[in-house]
Amino acid sequence: MSVADRKENREPLIHLSRRISIPRWKAWGIRLAAVLLGFLFCGLVAFLLIDRLQQNPGKIGQFYMDFLNGAFGSNRKLWKFMKDIAILLCIALALTPAFRMRFWNTGGEGQTLVGALAAIAVTFYLGGKIPEGLLMVLMLLAALAGGALWGLIPAVFRAKWGTNETLFTLMMNYVATYLVSFFLEIWVPNGSGALPRQEHGKMPTIGHDYLLIILIVLALTAALYVYLKYTKHGYEINVVGESVRTAQYVGISDKKVIIRTMILSGALCGLAGYLIGAGLDQSITTESAGGRGFTAIMVSWLGKFNPLAMVLTAALIQLLNQGAAQISKDFDVSGALPSVIVGIILFFIIGSEFFINYEVRFRGHENRREQGAVRK
Amino acid sequence: MEKRLALQMRGITKRFGPVTANNHVDLDVYQGEILAILGENGCGKTTLMNMIAGIYYPDEGQILIGGQEVLIRSPKDAFDHKIGMIHQHFKLVDLFTAAENIVLGLREKEGYNLKQVNARVAAIAEKYGFHLDPTKKIYEMSVSEKQTVEIIKVLYRGADILILDEPTAVLTPQEITRLFDVIRRMKADGKSIIIITHKLNEVLEVSDRVAILRRGEHIATVNTAETSEAELTEMMVGKKISLDIPRSEPENAQPRLVVEGLNLKSPEGVQVLTDISFTANGGEILGIAGIAGSGQRELLESIAGLQPVESGEIIFHNPKKDKPVTFFHKSMKRVEELGREHAFHDRSGKEVSFEGMHRREIRKWVESGDVLFKEDEIIDIRNKNPLEIRELGIRLSFVPEDRLGMGLVGSMGITDNMMLRSYRKGHAGLLDRKPPRELAEQIIRELEVMTPGISTPVRRLSGGNVQKVLVGREIAFAPKVLMAAYPVRGLDIRSSYTIYRLLNRQKDRGVAVIFVGEDLDVLLALCDRIMVMNGGRVTGIVDARSATKEEVGLMMTRTEKREEEGR
Repeated sequence: MSVADRKENREPLIHLSRRISIPRWKAWGIRLAAVLLGFLFCGLVAFLLIDRLQQNPGKIGQFYMDFLNGAFGSNRKLWKFMKDIAILLCIALALTPAFRMRFWNTGGEGQTLVGALAAIAVTFYLGGKIPEGLLMVLMLLAALAGGALWGLIPAVFRAKWGTNETLFTLMMNYVATYLVSFFLEIWVPNGSGALPRQEHGKMPTIGHDYLLIILIVLALTAALYVYLKYTKHGYEINVVGESVRTAQYVGISDKKVIIRTMILSGALCGLAGYLIGAGLDQSITTESAGGRGFTAIMVSWLGKFNPLAMVLTAALIQLLNQGAAQISKDFDVSGALPSVIVGIILFFIIGSEFFINYEVRFRGHENRREQGAVRK
Repeated sequence: MEKRLALQMRGITKRFGPVTANNHVDLDVYQGEILAILGENGCGKTTLMNMIAGIYYPDEGQILIGGQEVLIRSPKDAFDHKIGMIHQHFKLVDLFTAAENIVLGLREKEGYNLKQVNARVAAIAEKYGFHLDPTKKIYEMSVSEKQTVEIIKVLYRGADILILDEPTAVLTPQEITRLFDVIRRMKADGKSIIIITHKLNEVLEVSDRVAILRRGEHIATVNTAETSEAELTEMMVGKKISLDIPRSEPENAQPRLVVEGLNLKSPEGVQVLTDISFTANGGEILGIAGIAGSGQRELLESIAGLQPVESGEIIFHNPKKDKPVTFFHKSMKRVEELGREHAFHDRSGKEVSFEGMHRREIRKWVESGDVLFKEDEIIDIRNKNPLEIRELGIRLSFVPEDRLGMGLVGSMGITDNMMLRSYRKGHAGLLDRKPPRELAEQIIRELEVMTPGISTPVRRLSGGNVQKVLVGREIAFAPKVLMAAYPVRGLDIRSSYTIYRLLNRQKDRGVAVIFVGEDLDVLLALCDRIMVMNGGRVTGIVDARSATKEEVGLMMTRTEKREEEGR
């Protein structure tokens, strides 16, 4: 008996191999299938968890319709849907140049918060004392500078001393949160921590309250697409992200690119902070960024760091959020259900990347394919 | 004396795609012997040993241990057969202690009773004469101590056959002596030791027998006592093969790049280059021969401005006499500086002075093409970064060894890779992709690059095509000096000849070509002169037309006499 025939020497049941390439239609087909499977699975989970569905299985149709109703059910919902996409997208766009450079900026939350804080601080101290127009400009500049500073600090440490940017930017989030707490303590003497709406320096509106915000973010999307694809800066970001050695080889200073790009990334987060602070809330809390700094990481990744694709991924995530909220209202279930549903869908989408990158083959296939090439 | 076989390899063949790394290799290893495996870079030494150690699986052939055929499919299988390999690059967890690293991955019933483990480690260390503190953490250790941990790790698992891959490459002479003592003690204990090496003096010093590999084939196994340095060299490099690479006579060879007394230390403080001096002439191909890691890469990188050198000069002779100031000199600061140094004259021969002129006027004058250089430029480019070198108007092209990690951006298409050196052109912030696209199309056409499309990531192309893209780009800038490190490594014959042809064409254009190669036949057939490096020093510069392979081979491998006598 040859050694290869013994049982313990048999080839494994499943073979995983990295795909060298995959046609684009196939990749998108896999992603679409994953989303559909995810929705099906959501239905199953919902059926197990929601009493009303078990009593009346016919309501499953309403369950799925709620995803659409949540976002498109009324004029008000639609505007909220678009506004929330805009804010989420703005932060995701801000993170993208850093991600393209393989600089894992997990500090979107803090950079946004500091941007908002800076804007509110300006109106708190100067509101009513200087002309409104000047105040608005100062608020915007302060927000941009605040965010940029929050991005600059980890970038300098990474460029000069090689610190890990993921942890550093993450930690800066907490510093930002406590900084906001600190100022709220000073600004609100009664200790409630709730800063009343500031009368001065509200971002101007055109048409609908949210329209200008949406237009600004759309313009930013286009601008960032051009920046990354057609400018020298964008090119340098890609080179540094791919290989620092290649950058050095052609004389690109990776340190300079890292610092410059993180200033940009932080400043754009600061812009998102301005839109939230001066455009929507006219106030600030430690929750002003509301976790969107982290959700934005996912938006950027799922959109493959392409600003145009990110419009879609931001919309998908917002659709899930609002749909799930609608479901919990209509079916009178716990507020945790939306998180479960969003989690399931994202799990399927992220899982599909595995099947895009790897090919799965079973034992039988291998044998048929390589017959004759097997050892004698 | 009766010797018992420990391990036999029968007809072992391993292929990687079209490349055959090992071709029907037969090899015997006896108990209680030290066997050296000798061969040039890329001759398949490490691949062969990796198959015994369970890293690779042979395509054909059998491995017998104690006369029984065995199947080694993983390092664990290898350990079960009492085989252990100490790799060139250590695989240790920095934050763990020596003992923790040693038991890592073991599934013993006794568990990880560190006290017992420490005692056993200490016992092994004492038995073979190692110096090791089992409780010391890896990050606090010297390279030699780390190696000791790796060796004990293997012994701890009860290995009887130990494979050491280039164990001396990272050690000081004293550490080597100590290592050899340990190896001899292990041999006395009945263990079989296989040492992969390309250093002849060590082979002669420590081994009992030598197996020589060449181009994946087993040439011979000889008793060390019955052989000589010259015989081993000849078996290692082989007889000269006629390669039929055309070689023209250099015309009007002028010094182009002069390196004087160059010294370089690695970031860790190790002397990598010592007192390197040579001249590369225009219209000539200067070959650099040497075992990998003799300082070739560091030399080219320090010339290209990628490694800060310690001392020495790198002088570039720029043939500029009576040529107009060109694009590269539009760095106006540099032009003004040269103007003050009286470096220019106009077409009538009158000296150019920028005295009292506005920068804008100077630029206009320069762009008209009427500002000419008076003499050839002589510039020291030492410790200038690649960008500064280009801004000085020096056209220095460099085809690095690491094509995708350094020369190209793997995820970008050919067009975007063409821009790497030139994307800064133009004043606005936007990229101009038209010239690079035209260049990309031209290179694909002229060098017959096989690619699905101009924007296919170059990472997806085959090695030969990647190299054509890289060499094509570096040549497109009409260089004055072209440095190429292992430009045909991994390429098939056809692509290799394309590269030789390109290098020859550059030579005929008057470019100073520096070619770092590993195949001596190619170096002898293609180059005009060959500089041999050994341990970061130049051991000789020979005329490639009259030199022999043995001559070059000896210069590559022999350690300097001075050191030997000093011991």
